[in-house]
Amino acid sequence: MIELKNIHKGFGDKQILKGVSAVMETGKTNLIIGTSGSGKTVLQKCMVGLFEVDSGEISYDGRDFSSMPEDERKLLRQQIGMLFQGSALFDSMTVERNVKFPLDMFTDWDHKKKIDRVNEVLDRVNLTGANKKYPAEVSGGMKKRVGIARAIVLNPKYLFCDEPNSGLDPQTSMVIDLLIKEITREYNMTTVINTHDMNSVMEIGENILYMYEGEREWVGNNKEIIFSKNDKLNEFIFASEFLRDAKDMRMLEEKGIIDNDRNMDDVMRDPEANLLMGDNDKRVVN
Amino acid sequence: MKFFSTLGSYFIMLKGMFTKPENFKMYWKELMHQCVEIGIGSLGIVSIISVFMGAVSAAQTAYQITNPLIPKTTLSQVVRDTVILEFAPTLVCIVLAGVVGSKIAGELGNMRSTEQIDALEIMGINTKSYLVAPKILAALITIPLLVILAMFLGIWGGRLASVATNIVSADTYDRGLVSGFVAKNVWFALVKAYTFAFIISSIPAFYGYNVKGGALEIGRASTTAVVSSCVLILFADYLLAAILL
Repeated sequence: MIELKNIHKGFGDKQILKGVSAVMETGKTNLIIGTSGSGKTVLQKCMVGLFEVDSGEISYDGRDFSSMPEDERKLLRQQIGMLFQGSALFDSMTVERNVKFPLDMFTDWDHKKKIDRVNEVLDRVNLTGANKKYPAEVSGGMKKRVGIARAIVLNPKYLFCDEPNSGLDPQTSMVIDLLIKEITREYNMTTVINTHDMNSVMEIGENILYMYEGEREWVGNNKEIIFSKNDKLNEFIFASEFLRDAKDMRMLEEKGIIDNDRNMDDVMRDPEANLLMGDNDKRVVN
Repeated sequence: MKFFSTLGSYFIMLKGMFTKPENFKMYWKELMHQCVEIGIGSLGIVSIISVFMGAVSAAQTAYQITNPLIPKTTLSQVVRDTVILEFAPTLVCIVLAGVVGSKIAGELGNMRSTEQIDALEIMGINTKSYLVAPKILAALITIPLLVILAMFLGIWGGRLASVATNIVSADTYDRGLVSGFVAKNVWFALVKAYTFAFIISSIPAFYGYNVKGGALEIGRASTTAVVSSCVLILFADYLLAAILL
C-alpha cells in the first residue's frame, strides 16, 4: 500500500500539487486520472522519487519515502517497476538484454537462471521468441509489453505505469490494460496507473483518483464513477455525447432499469430512470 | 548569474559520480564499452588528421626555411616539436571534441528525452556514476593514447612528405628528429591530453545529461557542448602553456 499525505509540489512560483492525499491499495489497479496539467504526472514522479516533494509524506507500506536516506531509497527502488509512456527501452540492447538488465545489475544469478527468468516474463507478456529483436524492430504494443516484462522481472511490490495506452489502438490498449490488471493480481502488487484513457478507467479502474488543478477532486472506482454527481469529473470522463449516452445506459443497466426485453418507451416513463439521468440526459431514451 | 548556476550544476553532476557502484561488473563492462566507442571509434579520424598535419607542417616549414645556412635537420626538429607540443594534443582534441563530444551529448540527451535515464534512476541506479563516469574515465584512458599515436603518425607523415617531395632525405630527417629532443615536451603534451580529455568528455556529458525537451534540444545541446569544449580547450591550452612552459 502506498499512502500519500498532504503532498505539495511546485516549480518556481507555480504550485502544481496542492495538498494531495490518497491511498493506493495493494493487489488493485489504482488509477490517477485528470486533464493535461492537472498534476498527475508530477504526482507519480514524486511517488517514485524523480521529483522531491515540497511538503507532505509518501509512505510505502508504512516506510516514509520522502524522508528516507538515499541508501534506503535505492533498496526500495529495487522493489519498484515502472512502465514509461514511451516504454523507455534501451535502444542499443535487444529485448532479451533489456529485460535482463535489472537482473544483471541487482542479482548474482548465473546466466542460465537469468535467461530462464527473462523467458518466463516474456512468456507472461505473450512475447515468446522476441528475445533477439531490437526495440526499433517491434511494434508500439510490443514495446509496452517489453517494458512491462522489464518492470516485473525483479518481482516488484509496486508497479507504476505512465500512460500505458498512449499511441496504441483501442484493441491493443485493452490487451495492455488487462495484462497489467492480471499481473497486479498475480504478483499482488500495488499498481499505480497514470492515464486519461476512458476505456482503461471503465475496465480496470479499481481505485480511481481524479485530479483537478493539482487537487484531489474525487476518489472512487469504475462502478461508482457511473453514478458520480461531480460535475468536473463528469465533464472530464464523459466529454463527448457518445460517452454521456454510454454512461446513461450503463447507469440504467447497473440499476436494472433496462434490459433486453424492456421497451425504451417504458424506460422513459420510469420515474427512477428520469431521476437518475436528470432532464438533460433524457436524450438517450428519446 | 546563469553562468554560475550552470557551473554549480556541472560540479554537482561531477560530485554525484562518486558513489559505490551497484554492480562493479556492470560498471566495468560499461567502461570497456566506452573505451571501444571513444578510443577505437576515433582511431580512423585521428590517424588521417595526424598524418596530414605532419605532412603539412613539413611542407610549410620547408617553404619558410630559405636560408642555406640553416641545417636541413631543422625541418624535422620543427615538425617534431610542433606536432608534439601543439598539433597532436590540441588539434586532435579539438577534432575529438566534435567527434566524441557530440556523440556523448547526443547519446545522453536521447536517453534523457526518451526517459531511459529516468528508467535507470527508478531501478535504483545512480545514473551519474553509471552513465557519465565511465565516459569520462574512458576518455581519460583512451584520448592520451590517441594523442601519443597522433605524435608518432604526425612525425611519420612529415617524414613521408619530406622524402616523397625530395625536401630532405630520410636519413637527414631521422637525424633531425633525435637532435635536441626535450623529453619534457612529451610530458607537457600528455598533461594537455589529460586536461583536454576531461573537458571533451565531461562538458558534453553535462549538456546531454541535462537536456530538457526533444530532438531540437538534443541538437542544441550537442552544438553547445562542442562549442564550449573547443573554447575551453583553447583556454586551457593557453593556461597550461603559460604555467608549465
